[in-house]
Amino acid sequence: MAETIKKVSIIISHGSLEGVYPGLIMANGARMEGIEANLFFTFFGLEAIMKKRMNKIKVATVGNPAMHIPSLLGILPGMSAFATWKMKKEMEKLDIPPIPEFIEMVYDAGAKLYACKATVDMFHLTKDDFCEQTDSIINVAKFYEIAAGGQIIFT
Amino acid sequence: MPMKTIAGKTVEVDNEGFLVHHTDWTEEMAVELAREEGIELTEAHWKVINFVRKDFAETGQVPTIRRMKNVGGIPTNELYELFPQGPAKKAAKISGFGKPQGCV
Repeated sequence: MAETIKKVSIIISHGSLEGVYPGLIMANGARMEGIEANLFFTFFGLEAIMKKRMNKIKVATVGNPAMHIPSLLGILPGMSAFATWKMKKEMEKLDIPPIPEFIEMVYDAGAKLYACKATVDMFHLTKDDFCEQTDSIINVAKFYEIAAGGQIIFT
Repeated sequence: MPMKTIAGKTVEVDNEGFLVHHTDWTEEMAVELAREEGIELTEAHWKVINFVRKDFAETGQVPTIRRMKNVGGIPTNELYELFPQGPAKKAAKISGFGKPQGCV
């Protein structure tokens, strides 16, 4: 039988909608295949597990050539909200949940969620700022310890 | 497509053992398909199977894990306990459907 992946540890480092979803979909998909999955949220990616921020994550409409709109239009008020609304509508059709529900889903699926200590310190955050599904705040050394023996994916 | 005899009925299956025609499915086959996956069906498993069959009849699609929770009332963690190592895939197989093609 062909070799199979047993464990993945996925790093989510961006705080935009398009920065957060791929990691969540991959972690959830891993669990659906019986693969152990860890999620490590770092830098602006932390917003995906912050109680006050996780529901407000938006698509970046500036500096993103694949949006097919000129950056000058991308800066208009409401542009990012509109693009976000549009994308969420399409995702809903595929039964891809909004971020807070998705976080709950991957957690219920058995994935472990961690916050990056360096970022937490930098932004003066505490464990209370994070959703209940967050396992703990860990440093890089601990991350490598948890990820040992598996694949690491940076997004 | 290969043919396979499951619970006394010879049916068409794909290379991974999923039924090709969901109309071939019987409850007796579900018991045998589950055993192949190392699962002994309990009432809780049947709740999932019955929802998958009912939802397919209504929508023409095998429900996602999210739908099983939000519409079928089956908690996600429970689904993973009932069908370890691949709940969506295994629930679909035991319920007589093909392998789910979606990403979530």
